[in-house]
Amino acid sequence: MDLPTPRGPLTETLFRALRSGDDFFSVLTTLSDARADDAALALWTLHQLHYRDFTAVPDDLEWDPQLLRARAVLELDLEQRLRSRFTPTPGLSFGADFFDWIAEHDGASIAAHVHRDATREQVLELTRIRSIYHLMETDPTAWVVPRLGVRAKAGLVELLYDEYGSGDPNRLHHHLWARGMEASGLDASYGAYVDEVPLEVLEQNNAQTLFGLHRRLRGAALGHLAAFEATSSLPSSRMVHGLERLGFPQELVDYYAEHVEADAVHEQLAVHVICGGLLAEEPRLEGDLWFGAFTALDLEDRVARSVLARWQDEEAA
Amino acid sequence: MTYDHPESFVCPGGPLLLRGDHAVEDPDGVPHGTTRPVSAVCRCLKSGSLPWCDGTHKVLPREQRPS
Repeated sequence: MDLPTPRGPLTETLFRALRSGDDFFSVLTTLSDARADDAALALWTLHQLHYRDFTAVPDDLEWDPQLLRARAVLELDLEQRLRSRFTPTPGLSFGADFFDWIAEHDGASIAAHVHRDATREQVLELTRIRSIYHLMETDPTAWVVPRLGVRAKAGLVELLYDEYGSGDPNRLHHHLWARGMEASGLDASYGAYVDEVPLEVLEQNNAQTLFGLHRRLRGAALGHLAAFEATSSLPSSRMVHGLERLGFPQELVDYYAEHVEADAVHEQLAVHVICGGLLAEEPRLEGDLWFGAFTALDLEDRVARSVLARWQDEEAA
Repeated sequence: MTYDHPESFVCPGGPLLLRGDHAVEDPDGVPHGTTRPVSAVCRCLKSGSLPWCDGTHKVLPREQRPS
């Protein structure tokens, strides 16, 4: 994919350095003053080096020590901000209380808007900005597999096998999404729409890769997975109704229809088998499970508020 | 060491999970084959995609959820 359009001095410096293959010291010196969306785009780009090619950027920069240093500074800042928003949940049991806690922390819902009120243009925009995750759906969680004990590992792979189509490429979830985009007249190549992705969506993606790439944060990664799955079936059902209302192609409807049933399974597997397995093997990670779960809900709430507020403003104008 | 790995298990307040290939009847007695490695069978009977769970149990009043 092509490097995105820079959003400030940090990404201007970083992208120039990535193309030239040198001058990474100047990247480190511009880190501290970066604005939020400039920093988020820089971290998203540095994370992408671990997933795929950028045009005219040498592959071996994935493991360049100075770029890793820049990534670490940006990740530390992100993690500190995410943790500062989280209030621990003493007295709650992840296995017994999780679904009630999810119901109590339900945030703003884009799916509810799509169900009844969204315009076709709004859904197309949503599809474009969601694509930076859905075109690599589950990939950040796959990093976690080798970091787990026997029970959590077997459970996570059981879930991932379904996410990745159970061996059938046509059932692989991020490919279902790509087919939905193409049928809707959109470009399904990865990153095609990153320039219009808002800060909150970049941070949502950055948090998932942060949790996935760091063994230390495996508890947060699995808590995030559980909350993500547990807030998917019912909203996916609303998306199905909204897309049908607006006459979207069946391929995009099918993506959400698949998630109604798949995630009704996955939410139970995530809580009872995967996170339950993790807690049986590493009980000290329960706090990180809650942190990851909270972060998933919090980030989606921030995305929904931002997108819905902008649409409301546009409709009022 | 051997771990417990049941072919089916009940999720409190939620569906029955089934591993592997099975035929599950809907309320009209029509059999539906499983299509995924693990399937969630609705127990609240309010699902929009019976016999499979669609998460509807989560929005039912507590006393109407399966035990």
